[in-house]
Amino acid sequence: MKPNRIGPWLIVLAGALYFFVPLLGTFEFSLRYLRGVYSFEAYRIVLADPRFGATLTYSTVLAVATIIAGVVLVVPTAYWIQLRTPKLRPLVEFITLMPLVIPAIVLVFGYLRIYNSSSVLPLTGTDRTTDLLLMFSYTTLALPYMYRAVDTGLRAIDVRTLTEAAHSLGAGWPTILLRVILPNVRVAVLSGAFLTFAIVIGEFTMASLLDRPAFGPYLQLMGANRAYEPSALAVISFAITWACMGLLQLFAGRTPGQLPGAH
Amino acid sequence: MQDDAGGQQMAEIGGLAPGKTFLEIDNLQKKFAQTAAVEHVQLKVTRGEFVSLLGPSGCGKTTTLRMIAGFETPSSGAIRIDGVDITHRPPNQRNVGMVFQAYALFPNMTVAENIGFGLKVAKKPAAEIKRRVEEMLDLIKLPALKNRYPYQLSGGQQQRVALARALAIQPQVLLLDEPLSALDAKIRVSLRNEIRSIQRTLGITTIYVTHDQEEALSLSDRIVVMNNGRVEQIGTPFEIYNFPRTSFVASFVGTLNILRGQVADPAGGKIVVDGQEVIAARGLEHTRAGDACSVALRPEIVSFGEAAGDGNHMQGTVEDVNFLGSVVRIRVRFTDNAISLDTFNNPRLALPQRGQTLTVSFPREAVLALEAPSST
Amino acid sequence: MAQVVGPALGPPLAAPSSVGRVSWAWVGVVPFFAFALMFLIVPTGFLAIGGFRDNQGHFTLRNIVDLFQPTILSSYLISVKISAASAIGGALVGFALAYAAVAGALPAWVRPTLMTFSGVASNFAGVPLAFAFLATLGRTGLATVLLNKIFGFDLYSTGFNLLSFAGLALTYMYFQIPLMVLIIAPAIDGLKREWREASANLGASAWQYWRFIALPVLWPPLLGATLLLFANAFGAVATAYALTGSSLNIVTLVLYAQIRGDVLHNENLGYALALGMIFMTGMSNALYIWLRGRSERWLR
Repeated sequence: MKPNRIGPWLIVLAGALYFFVPLLGTFEFSLRYLRGVYSFEAYRIVLADPRFGATLTYSTVLAVATIIAGVVLVVPTAYWIQLRTPKLRPLVEFITLMPLVIPAIVLVFGYLRIYNSSSVLPLTGTDRTTDLLLMFSYTTLALPYMYRAVDTGLRAIDVRTLTEAAHSLGAGWPTILLRVILPNVRVAVLSGAFLTFAIVIGEFTMASLLDRPAFGPYLQLMGANRAYEPSALAVISFAITWACMGLLQLFAGRTPGQLPGAH
Repeated sequence: MQDDAGGQQMAEIGGLAPGKTFLEIDNLQKKFAQTAAVEHVQLKVTRGEFVSLLGPSGCGKTTTLRMIAGFETPSSGAIRIDGVDITHRPPNQRNVGMVFQAYALFPNMTVAENIGFGLKVAKKPAAEIKRRVEEMLDLIKLPALKNRYPYQLSGGQQQRVALARALAIQPQVLLLDEPLSALDAKIRVSLRNEIRSIQRTLGITTIYVTHDQEEALSLSDRIVVMNNGRVEQIGTPFEIYNFPRTSFVASFVGTLNILRGQVADPAGGKIVVDGQEVIAARGLEHTRAGDACSVALRPEIVSFGEAAGDGNHMQGTVEDVNFLGSVVRIRVRFTDNAISLDTFNNPRLALPQRGQTLTVSFPREAVLALEAPSST
Repeated sequence: MAQVVGPALGPPLAAPSSVGRVSWAWVGVVPFFAFALMFLIVPTGFLAIGGFRDNQGHFTLRNIVDLFQPTILSSYLISVKISAASAIGGALVGFALAYAAVAGALPAWVRPTLMTFSGVASNFAGVPLAFAFLATLGRTGLATVLLNKIFGFDLYSTGFNLLSFAGLALTYMYFQIPLMVLIIAPAIDGLKREWREASANLGASAWQYWRFIALPVLWPPLLGATLLLFANAFGAVATAYALTGSSLNIVTLVLYAQIRGDVLHNENLGYALALGMIFMTGMSNALYIWLRGRSERWLR
């Protein structure tokens, strides 16, 4: 049966249009800084702005810290669940799905009330500890993706046999995790890492409410005050997200779902 | 060498049963890009006949079937049922019933709803649908499963329901696309007999696609052997097995012993195998003395010991004797070649011993001289 | 042979039978559960409980009742409407796109390309997305200008405004559609080609196939995906904030303002607000899981 193909083609074309026109529009708008002529002036201004570099650096550092925290948290846990306590798996999986259900704004609301200056753990007391709190918030946001990626990666290798072999050769737990397990789930960890990076760079809500100088709030600030620079920033931001997704595809060959916290 | 030149004509005439043609496939061809998936397929089927399309994967049998069903459009050629040209009719207007390899039962409907689907779509009255569904359920002997869903049924049960569903609309032709391939070996044999008996009861013209030659041989009135998109031979199972016209048919259907030798005397049909002479019943065409040649022998036609008359004899050494119960399989080695011969168990006959010299004999008509194989 | 050396975490990989072993097994997951407690369970629980308390710390249902006061109720309604609009719109368009690519007999490169772009596009969200739509459909945006120049169609004369309900829903659809494509593509894969062929073979038209087979099989995943999209939009903050400021009174923005500066003048009401949000997104997800379980039963 060869059904009529015009319909599907039209739909795909319409979809492509809806997808590309805003991108085009943003790029075109970003070139309009100088009246009457297209130029990259807006980009020049943005890149010259010290706050651009500062917030981007801040978010990048935070992203890397989040990735490390995520790996340190998730890899041993997923490993342990597979190996020793498979009965806890449903519970752990439920927990890793919670960040997908509970909106980020609710989470950060909770953090602000629990970890404020008058509580047992005054994480919002100083800048550094607030940074720490923000990092943990991001770890939470990225948890579902990181866990799923690592879990899938672990399932693909025979964890039990590798561990037994390493044990019989005299390795202790840290060695096993670091030198046997981690290298074998490198691809999974990388895919989780790229997703985390994209999440953190684009995140607005948590950073804004915790009042930290991240890239997201900076973007919003520019949007409130400027006309053309926001578009340039949007293009830059898209490019970074694309790069992450592209690298993710390259390494993991999978299309990811939607990033949390960004919208 | 077996004559292949007039193959097409012969293929069509072979074993056509008497009676008016009901389903006609007229010089059908199907091209995908530049490759021809099906070429020059010509077949006339009489009403109530059970015809199998037999061949390896990719030979075009399924494509041909799908063209009859209407899921593929032929590049050229015609298909006629009862004189009516249906070649370009959409698949939902052909009144042919199809049974798929993967059952294809609708998962959201019960067995009864599945079977009644074709009638419901044709807007038949509810009472008639009910009656017909009950009839069909009795036919496939599964009345108890009426309200089950497909996921609650075994593979064999699903396939029978699929058969009932196809038959419920009283199609003119029944098409089956390797219906038993997805089933366990045990069920295959019982289900195929059931299919055949239902087909006989209803007298419905049937085209059956399979790659399993045992299935084709045991079920069909006629078999169409296909290879690389073309028809190799059409005939009754007896003809296909005993008188294969091409080396492909000979080697695809049934098991064969293949002996490699050279042509000694084309006109006299003489071939030399491992220094021993083998004579065929007919002269060899399209060959010269010294050409490489293969001799094919069905294992059951070879007997051990000398036979009277002008049959062939060959002397060899017993390499292996396998007692398989009712059958004893003896492997006899010549110099480079060896053959297996099967003989029925007979407690009063002494079996040959390994290493023993043995003479085997076979009639001249049993010798199938084939082209030298490139790799057999 | 080799001595097993390691930290005192008990003998390696012995069968976990006796009671003594069980306690060791728990050790490995303690960090995770501690993290989960600190950053997921306790904060959420705190808010949930807080919604049922008054300023003196006594149990009360007052806050829940107060959620139904006009301003807050209307904000929930607007959130629901926008989420529903973008979810249904995204679901319809996304389904059409996914179906066209998966089952539409298009060239082989269309589907993987669509999946890749969907993966990327579903992450164009938040502040940059708002900028993009402002740049495209704002008063001087590319699309607005082109529509005027090429088709002589003045978008803003129709009363359309990007900074409105319709504009926000349209913007949300930019990430809802790709998300739908990603979620529903596997379900469409599950529609076996043979069902279509079998139905045609039995005499059904395309419409009958859809009515009796395809839609009954697809509606649980379709509805479930729509619910996911709904929950997704309901919790969104950044896009709305960047696009409409605080002109549109959706729940997340009210909550945002409340967190920033207690605009409700009632701390516990804020907690109730958060609780209401969790309820909405939680229910949607629960329904999604239930629907997914239903459809899987048939397709085993």
